[in-house]
Amino acid sequence: MNVVLPLTVAVPLAGAALLAATDQLLPEWVKEYPAMLVAAATSVLTILVLTHTQRTDALHWFGGWQPRHGVSIGIDFATGPLGAGFAALSSVLVTAALVFSWHYMQEAPRLFRVLMLVFCAGMNGFAFSGDLFNMFVWFELLGVATYALAGYQVEQLGPLQGAVNFAITNSVGSFALLFGTALLYGRTGALNFAQVGHALEGRHADGLLVVAFTLIVAGFFVKSALVPFHLWLADTYAVSPAPVCLIFAGVLSEVGLFGLARVYWTVFEAPFGSHARDVRNVLLAVGIATALLGALMAFLQRHLKRLLAYTVISHVGLTLIGIGLLDAKSLAGAANLVLSHAFIKGGLFLGTGVLLRELGSVDELRLHGRAGGLRVLGIVFGLGAVGLAGTPYLGTFLGHSLLDDGARADGFGWIPPVVMVAAGLSSAAMLRAFARIFLGWGPTRDTLLTEEPREEPPEEQANRPIMVGVTASLIVLGLLLSIVPGLQDRSDAGARRFVDRHAYIERVLHGKVRVHRGSPAVVLHAAGPTSIAYGLGGLILAVGLAWFGLHRQRAPGRLREAAGRALGPPISALKGVHSGVVGDYVAWVTVGTAVLGGVWALTLARGP
Amino acid sequence: VSYLPYAVAAWLFLVGLYGVVTSRNLIHLALCLSVMQSSTYVLLLAIGYKSGGTAPIFRGIPLGTRAVDPVVQALTLTDIVVSVTVVALILALALDVHDEADTVDPDEIAALHG
Repeated sequence: MNVVLPLTVAVPLAGAALLAATDQLLPEWVKEYPAMLVAAATSVLTILVLTHTQRTDALHWFGGWQPRHGVSIGIDFATGPLGAGFAALSSVLVTAALVFSWHYMQEAPRLFRVLMLVFCAGMNGFAFSGDLFNMFVWFELLGVATYALAGYQVEQLGPLQGAVNFAITNSVGSFALLFGTALLYGRTGALNFAQVGHALEGRHADGLLVVAFTLIVAGFFVKSALVPFHLWLADTYAVSPAPVCLIFAGVLSEVGLFGLARVYWTVFEAPFGSHARDVRNVLLAVGIATALLGALMAFLQRHLKRLLAYTVISHVGLTLIGIGLLDAKSLAGAANLVLSHAFIKGGLFLGTGVLLRELGSVDELRLHGRAGGLRVLGIVFGLGAVGLAGTPYLGTFLGHSLLDDGARADGFGWIPPVVMVAAGLSSAAMLRAFARIFLGWGPTRDTLLTEEPREEPPEEQANRPIMVGVTASLIVLGLLLSIVPGLQDRSDAGARRFVDRHAYIERVLHGKVRVHRGSPAVVLHAAGPTSIAYGLGGLILAVGLAWFGLHRQRAPGRLREAAGRALGPPISALKGVHSGVVGDYVAWVTVGTAVLGGVWALTLARGP
Repeated sequence: VSYLPYAVAAWLFLVGLYGVVTSRNLIHLALCLSVMQSSTYVLLLAIGYKSGGTAPIFRGIPLGTRAVDPVVQALTLTDIVVSVTVVALILALALDVHDEADTVDPDEIAALHG
């Protein structure tokens, strides 16, 4: 079974190479099928790995260079259920994106499908990679494929700006990652996660380790768009084609968080474990700031894709809170958040693709009341927005309730209400857009919202039933994920194995196979009363704030004036920070890195 | 161990970063990115350097000869390949920006903001 691991990368890469080589030879309509087939085959392979990892971790040494006496010089792929689940999720989403774009992007994108397959390979390689440097290489491969995918409509300025900002900011991030990796190699003489973790066993945090950790975290934070590293994301996602947004929002934004979790629990937990509190405080602060700021910015948008892009930022913040609590329960919550969010938010992005294709716009105010005819799309769009608020037993609820359990067990009972507010506010933004576009509620003018340039709709004849079908099935699947029996226990078990550094080192360096017998029962657990209360609170908040967003002009004039005087300056200052200029973005990345490093230098390197 | 290469690496990283932040020309900016990336080459090679070490080609030299670390050299090579790809892509985007907007100033192409 372990030989399947490299195939999850080799199959899409070989497929991409073949497609690129035959690009001039095949007629256009033929090319769609091999790409879809390759993506589907890769999905099957990753799902095979996922089922295998339920019993035992998968491990493959390339070229058979196995470690001797606990010393590894080879390169490995190693994964448990969480890594395999992440890879399976990305392969499935790539397949869905290719099916959606069956007719959506028939003419324009010459190497679109090739890049999608390269992306798929990069995601799998990143999720399975067993050492720091290969992780960096997959990270860069993902980077190059996605810069090209984002900036594909090169005859428009918006996408070019998005791609330039994306490529430059993320390159700076990956240099930071590589710099940190090199420092770690200099200290330990190893790159393999298990080997580095083993070498740092029993060491105390010192200046070099703190710098290495800071740079690695900063690199991952840029990719996952955490405040203040997030500024590029909205520019890029707002202008990428809908199927590309699906994979960006669904898995690319979460890549950095996965990397952070992997690196922390295999490597840095050893020297920093005694100071876990200081690591946790910083991660929680960043996560909370991101969740709230992203949701607020989403609420101030009228460009539908930019609105969704900011909700992605908010969601990434929520996920970081789950990871940053540094315990298995909350990590399981984070994993479930990623899973259900990927399907629902991806589906919503595809929905904007349908709107653009059918109505020629993605602007909330210009589309006011015009989408009433797209009934199926309207229903799933509204449900999707509700499902992201943490509504009990719908969509992201399982993630929220696990996060709630984890946070309260760690003594962070104040975190679930914060999560509720962030999720409620970002859902409110989506619900408001839904009510305007599909129901025609509210006024057609709103000066609070940022106007953006128009996006040209794709020109080819599109197959609407397929597009709506893919959109609806993704959203419905995402909504149902909270009531899949057994998912909670499986993600719990997966997260517990993910944070078990000793088992990982034993498996990789000493080949000790640990078999997890007796798979968890297939049952659906009732959520705790507080989780349900917070879920309902999120829903009420979402509906209430959406109503406020639509009808705030009805408020008495004096009240509106006072609110405008008090909130106007901070809101325009906040919008001003999101300037669209890449130099500013990199300056913020520098500031963020300096703050992370400064705080950790003061707290972590204190000695025991 | 000499600290000079590490100081050079940090200097290149920071000076490249300064260039990226302040640049008003996308082509200049792409070159600043290459400068930043060069810092990682210097860092990697410095980490693997052993004074008096020979090149890590082990054919025909006695066992136990002092050699520099071959791993970082392989990493540097990979790193260079990666950097060429990224810079090529950014330069291609800069060309498209120039065709579209008749400028290569990143400040002037900020169509989306807020």
